[in-house]
Amino acid sequence: MKPRRFDWHARAIRVGFVLALLLFWYYLGRSGAVSAIFLPQLPRVAEKFVQILQSASFYNNLAVTLFELIVAVAIASLFGLTIGYLVGRSRYAVLVFEPLLAGIFAVPIIVFLPVFMLFFGIDIESKIAFGATYAFFPIVLNTIGGISQVDPRFITVSRSMGANEQQLFRRVLLPAALPVIVTGLRIGATIGFLAILGSEMIAGLRGLGSRVANLAEGMNTAEMFAYIVFVIILAGMLNLTLSTMQSRFAGPRNAS
Amino acid sequence: MRLVPVPDVTTQDAISVADVSHVYVRSDEGVVQTLNAVSLNVRKGELLCLIGPSGCGKSTLLNIVGGLVSPTAGEVRVHGHPVRGPAPKEIAYVFQENTLFPWNTILDNIKVALEFQGVPAAERQDRAKQAIEAVGLSEFANSYPHQLSGGMKQRASLARALSLQTDILLMDEPFAALDEQTRTYLGEELSVLLAATNKTIVLVTHSLSEAVFLADRVVVMTARPAEIKATISIKAPHPREPNFTTSPEFSDLRNEIYALLRDEIEKTVGGFVGRAAARDRERRAVAGERRPKS
Repeated sequence: MKPRRFDWHARAIRVGFVLALLLFWYYLGRSGAVSAIFLPQLPRVAEKFVQILQSASFYNNLAVTLFELIVAVAIASLFGLTIGYLVGRSRYAVLVFEPLLAGIFAVPIIVFLPVFMLFFGIDIESKIAFGATYAFFPIVLNTIGGISQVDPRFITVSRSMGANEQQLFRRVLLPAALPVIVTGLRIGATIGFLAILGSEMIAGLRGLGSRVANLAEGMNTAEMFAYIVFVIILAGMLNLTLSTMQSRFAGPRNAS
Repeated sequence: MRLVPVPDVTTQDAISVADVSHVYVRSDEGVVQTLNAVSLNVRKGELLCLIGPSGCGKSTLLNIVGGLVSPTAGEVRVHGHPVRGPAPKEIAYVFQENTLFPWNTILDNIKVALEFQGVPAAERQDRAKQAIEAVGLSEFANSYPHQLSGGMKQRASLARALSLQTDILLMDEPFAALDEQTRTYLGEELSVLLAATNKTIVLVTHSLSEAVFLADRVVVMTARPAEIKATISIKAPHPREPNFTTSPEFSDLRNEIYALLRDEIEKTVGGFVGRAAARDRERRAVAGERRPKS
């Protein structure tokens, strides 16, 4: 573990970086070097930000996107964890399915977005399906990796002490694989969020993504940036929650 | 020379291994025979050491006794019953490397082991604490394995095996990963600890000193496919004092076992070293002994 002092320094540098970026934005806007239509001035965006926080439509859009995200990640987790576990338990299945799943994940699934629209319509169902599809792959791949890479000695020693399948799962496989699985959930949720916002922006009726796209089309860039700032804050919160979860589950295990 | 131990009265044998052979098939090595018609009996309360060149099949034999590996031919009986799989009520293991779960504390590691064995939840805490105390790790009960030294980890593994309160303890090179001072010290501890328990123990090792210091009988095995080359009895009473290692009896036994092992080791390490060693021997008689390389 690193000494606390370095933690403090690292944090100061990170905060300083963000402040410098904001300052750069502020002075760039003031200098008039960039048209306000392309890059609205920082105080205008801040003003809009406060305004949208007081508007009902903002909360509706936020609720829609969060609902899509939660449902998509739940579906992706259900399938990803189950399939990942079943595949990860058999060495043969890992050999067959791991490259297959990794191969599909390498395809830019976004080209199939029109297909999702055709099957699930233009409203939130297609966003959920699309987000779930994207979130599924990191979850299933990490679950396969986590379960299949459990040290076989742990399994042997457990069997020699009389562990049954259920005990083996609860006491050995799950705790051994958990850090890797939680990392998969984190990546899945992050990518799922991206996929949902993206699909909303490309073709959507509701949600933060479609709102940003609409504002851009209406040249209402100040409000658009206010939404973007909010999405950034939201992504930051999501990331913080997931990484806290991750470090909790990583637990007390350095090199064994 | 091949000494098959005289079959004792079966009821007195904790373990009897009858004509056990083991063969496995691997794509890169083809058919490999590890054990060839091995027969041996382990008496109740006896500490039997299996010693042989690296990779000869000692560990395989131990795993067959423990029910973790099935023999290709032959049969193993534990307390008169044929072994058909792990027998956690009768047999506990200490493995070579640390096999404690890194996500559990030492105390929880032992409690999980007791849970696996089927001990009621109410008894687990007390039994785990007793076992930890027996190996002198009470202070570290709530530490995680990575916070312990290699020697402490193996002591914790031993505590886990002892907590299961089985009649038989199988130990697969339990100290192999430790430095020499630590393993010598743990050997002394083990001798004291086990003298009090009256357990039947089979210990696989490739340390000559460890074998002589701990065993009642040392079974010397040949290179693969392993057969029993000789069985040597060590009469010194338990627990053995550290000064046993400096006695003439100790070094005689050690040399006797090494002499038996030497040809087998040469077969294992193969042509170039074997030839070099033969040349070497012609030039000057090999005084003392050389440590077999693991």
